Amino acid sequence: MASLTLFPKAGNKASAEKRTERIIKGGLMLCALLSVLVVLLITVMVFKEAWPAIKQQGLLNMITGTSWKPTAAKPRFGLLPMIAGSFAVTALALLIGVPVGLATAIYGAELATVRVAPLVGRMAGILAGIPSVVYGFFGLMVIVPAVRLLGGTGMGVLSAGVVLAMMILPTVISVSEAAIRAVPGEYREASLAMGATKWQTIWHVVIPAAKSGIMASVVLAIGRAVGETMAVILVAGNIPVIPKGLLSATRTLTVNIALEMGYVRPGSLHYSALFAAAAVLFAFIMLINLSVRMITRGGSR
Amino acid sequence: MMKSVKKHDRKRDERFAFAVIKALSLTTALVLLLIIGYITWNAIPALNWQFVAGTPGDPLNTGIWPMAVNTLLLVVLTLAIALPLGILAAVYLKEYVREGPFVSVVRSATENLAGMPSIIFGLFGLVFFGKMLGLGWSLANGTLTASIIILPTIMRTTEEALKSVPQSYREGSLALGATRWQTVKKVVLVSAFPGIMSGLMLAIGRVVGETAALMFTLGSSDRVATSLMDSGRTLAMHLYMLAHEGLSVEGAFATAFVLVVVVLAVNVTAEMLANRALGRGGRQIGR
Amino acid sequence: MAGETGSRSMVRAEGLNLYYDKLHALKDVDMEVPKNSVLSLIGPSGCGKSTFLRTINRMNDLIPGVRVQGKVEVDGSDIYDPSCDVIDLRRKVGMVFQKPNPFPMSVYDNVAYGPRVHGIKDRAELDSIVEKSLKDAALWDEIKDRLKKPALGISGGQQQRLCIARTLAVEPDVILMDEPTSALDPISTGKIEELIDELKKRYTIIIVTHNMQQAGRISDRTAFFLLGQVIEEGPTYDIFHRPADKRTEDYITGRFG
Ligand SMILES: Nc1ncnc2c1ncn2[C@@H]1O[C@H](COP(=O)(O)OP(=O)(O)O)[C@@H](O)[C@H]1O
Ligand SMILES: [Mg+2]
Repeated sequence: MASLTLFPKAGNKASAEKRTERIIKGGLMLCALLSVLVVLLITVMVFKEAWPAIKQQGLLNMITGTSWKPTAAKPRFGLLPMIAGSFAVTALALLIGVPVGLATAIYGAELATVRVAPLVGRMAGILAGIPSVVYGFFGLMVIVPAVRLLGGTGMGVLSAGVVLAMMILPTVISVSEAAIRAVPGEYREASLAMGATKWQTIWHVVIPAAKSGIMASVVLAIGRAVGETMAVILVAGNIPVIPKGLLSATRTLTVNIALEMGYVRPGSLHYSALFAAAAVLFAFIMLINLSVRMITRGGSR
Repeated sequence: MMKSVKKHDRKRDERFAFAVIKALSLTTALVLLLIIGYITWNAIPALNWQFVAGTPGDPLNTGIWPMAVNTLLLVVLTLAIALPLGILAAVYLKEYVREGPFVSVVRSATENLAGMPSIIFGLFGLVFFGKMLGLGWSLANGTLTASIIILPTIMRTTEEALKSVPQSYREGSLALGATRWQTVKKVVLVSAFPGIMSGLMLAIGRVVGETAALMFTLGSSDRVATSLMDSGRTLAMHLYMLAHEGLSVEGAFATAFVLVVVVLAVNVTAEMLANRALGRGGRQIGR
Repeated sequence: MAGETGSRSMVRAEGLNLYYDKLHALKDVDMEVPKNSVLSLIGPSGCGKSTFLRTINRMNDLIPGVRVQGKVEVDGSDIYDPSCDVIDLRRKVGMVFQKPNPFPMSVYDNVAYGPRVHGIKDRAELDSIVEKSLKDAALWDEIKDRLKKPALGISGGQQQRLCIARTLAVEPDVILMDEPTSALDPISTGKIEELIDELKKRYTIIIVTHNMQQAGRISDRTAFFLLGQVIEEGPTYDIFHRPADKRTEDYITGRFG
C-alpha cells in the first residue's frame, strides 16, 4: 500500500541538506583554526629570522651583551640595555599604575554609589581606547617638559614610566574590578556581621578572595607595558644604554625594533639581530600569557 | 575601655583608607580629563580648513584628508575580512563543538594573539605578507595584518554575545526541524547582533589607533591609497610622524583630537549597543 | 517495515533507557501512543517526564553525555536508527515548551519560520500557511491586525498559542507539549486546553502536566512516571478512578508529589 515513509533512506533533499551542513561545519572549523595557525606562523617566523644572529653571536652573549652598535665597523649586538630598559620602564609603570588602578577598581566595585559605579568602567573603556600614539604625544607635550624641570632632557625612564602607568590603568581597573565584583556577597555579609568595618572587610576578606583576578590584572598590565612601542618611542630618549637612574634616557626592546627595522637591509645580521630582540620580547610575552592562564585557572578552582 | 579605643582606631583607619582610595580614583579621572581636555584645548585653534585640505602650494602640508581616507579604507577592508572570520570562528566554538581539547587549544591561541604586542604583528606582516606573499608595504598588507590583530577581539565579543542568546531560541528552532546552520543564521546570530556590533566598535577603535603594526606593513605614504598595492598613512601614523619629527605641533594636536573623538564615539556606540544587547532579552529581528 | 498502514500506534517506545552520564533517568520504559489521541504524562518532578518527551524528537541529542538504549518508533520508523534524519523527525514531531519561547521577530515571521527553513519562499503560500496555523491555534482573531508586531510584545498566553501555531505550520503528526500551561494564568490555560481538545482530531499529542485536573480533562490515556519508570499507563479514567498500583493511587490522591 501507499505507505508514508517518514525517513526516506536516500532522500535527495535530506542528504543534500546534510552535505551542506557538513561543508559549513568544516568551513567554520577552518575559521576557528585560523588563530592557531597564525600563532604558529608568528612563532616560526620570529625564531627563523632571529636564528642567524643567535647562531653567529650566541644567545647568551646577546642577552648579556651591554653594547648595541649594529652599524659600527665591528658591530655589537648586545640586547641587555634594551632588556634593562624594558624592565625599568615597566617596573616604574607598575609602581605608579597598580596602586592607582587597584584603588579605582576598589572604589568602583565597593564604594561608589550605583549611579557613579558605571562611570568607572566607562573611564577604563575610554582610557583603553585612546591610541598609544596619543598617549605618547601627550607624554611628549606634558610629561617630558615636567620631568625636564628635574634636570636633563626630560626624555627617559621616568617619563616613559609615567606614560605607561596611564596606559596600564584600564587593564588593572577593569580586570580587578571584575574580580572584586565576583566575590560572593555572603563573604562581605559574614565579615560585617562579625562587627568588622567596611574597610576591614574589603582588606581582609574581599581583596584576598579576589587575589587571583587582581594578580591576573597586574600580569596583563606587565604584558601591555612591555609590549608598548609608540608611546615609549616618543618619550624615552631611545639611547641604547643601561639606564642609570630615573632621568636617564633609555631604549626598550620594542623601540629598538621600531626605530631600526625601517632602514635595515633584509637578510643582514643587523636585521636578524632585531628579530632576536623580537624573539626575547616574544618569549617574555608567552611567559606572561602562560602565567595569566595559570593564575586564572588556579583561581577558578 | 579597650574595646572603645579599638573601635575608634578602626573608624579612623577606615576613614583614612577610604580617603586614599578616593584620592587615587580621582587621579584616574583626572588623567582621563587632562588628556582629553589638554588635547581638545590645544586643537581648537588648529581645526580649520587648512588642517583638512592642506596649504595650497605646499607639498609638505597636504592636509589631513588623505590620512582620514586611508584610515577609513583600512577600517572597512579590515572589518570585511576579520568580521566574518571572527564571527564564524566563534560560532564554531560556541554552537558546533563542546568544550574540550580542541576548543581549549583554539582559545589559548586566541588569548596569545590578544596579548601579542603590536610590533610583533608588524614584524609578522613585514615578513609573511610583505616578503613571502610579496605584498610589500601596501594597503593589502596593512589590512591583513590589522585583521589578525582584531580577530581575537571579534571572536571573544561574539562568543560573549552568543552566550547571552537564550537556549530556548535554539531549541525552538531545532524543534521545528531547522538545521544547526539555519538556526545559527536566522535566530542565534540575529539576536546576538547588538553584542557583536559592540565588539565591532572595539575593533574599529583598535584599527584606528594602531601604529606600530602598520609602520612596516601599510607604510606611510601621505597620498590616498587608490589600489590595494598602494602604501598609505593612517591618522595615527600621521600623528606619530608629526610628533616624532616635530613637523607641526598644531597639526599634531588637531590629529590627536580627531583620534580622541573617534575613540569617544566608538566607546559611546559600543556601550549603547551593549546595553541594548542586555535589555529586553534580545532584539526584534527585521525581515 | 517503515510506516505500515496497519500500525495504530503513532509513537512506540520499547525497553527505553536513558542516562545523563551516570544518572539513569529512564528505566525500561515501554509506551504506545495511538494515532490521534492525547497521552498525559504525570508524576512528581524529576521523575523523567520531560526526558521521555525529549527522546521522541531527539532533543536530548543536544545535551552532552546523554546515552540512549532501546527503541523509539515514530510512525513505525526507528528514530535512533543511524539512517534516521533528525531534521525530518523534528518536522514530523513538533514541540511546545514549558515557557513560551517565540523568536525575537514578528508574529508573522515566527509562524513562517518553519515553512521557510523547509524551503517555502512563495509569499502567497506563506501567507496562507500563517493564516491557517494561527486560526488552528485559535489566535488569528486576536492577532490578525498585529502580524508585523514583535512576538515578544504579546501576552504570555498568546505567546504560547503562537508557539503552537509555529509548530502547526510545519504540519507535524505528533505534538509534544512540556507543561505548556504551567507559566500561564487560568484563562489562558483554559484556552489552550480547548485548543488541545480541538487539535487531537488531527494530531497525536503527548503532554506533560503537573495538573491532575488538566490530565483528566484533556487526555485519553495517562502514564504515571516515578523515578524514571512508568509505573502505570492506561485510559485516563482508569488511572484516575481505579489505579492498579498503590503508588499511582498515592500520587493521584495527593499523598505525595
Ligand atoms: N540536562 C540534564 N543533565 C543531567 N541530568 C538531567 C538533565 N535534565 C534532567 N536531568 C535529570 O533527569 C531526571 C529527570 O528529569 P526530567 O526529565 O526533567 O524530570 P521531569 O520533567 O519529570 O520533572 C532528574 O533527576 C533530572 O535531574
Ligand atoms: Mg519537566
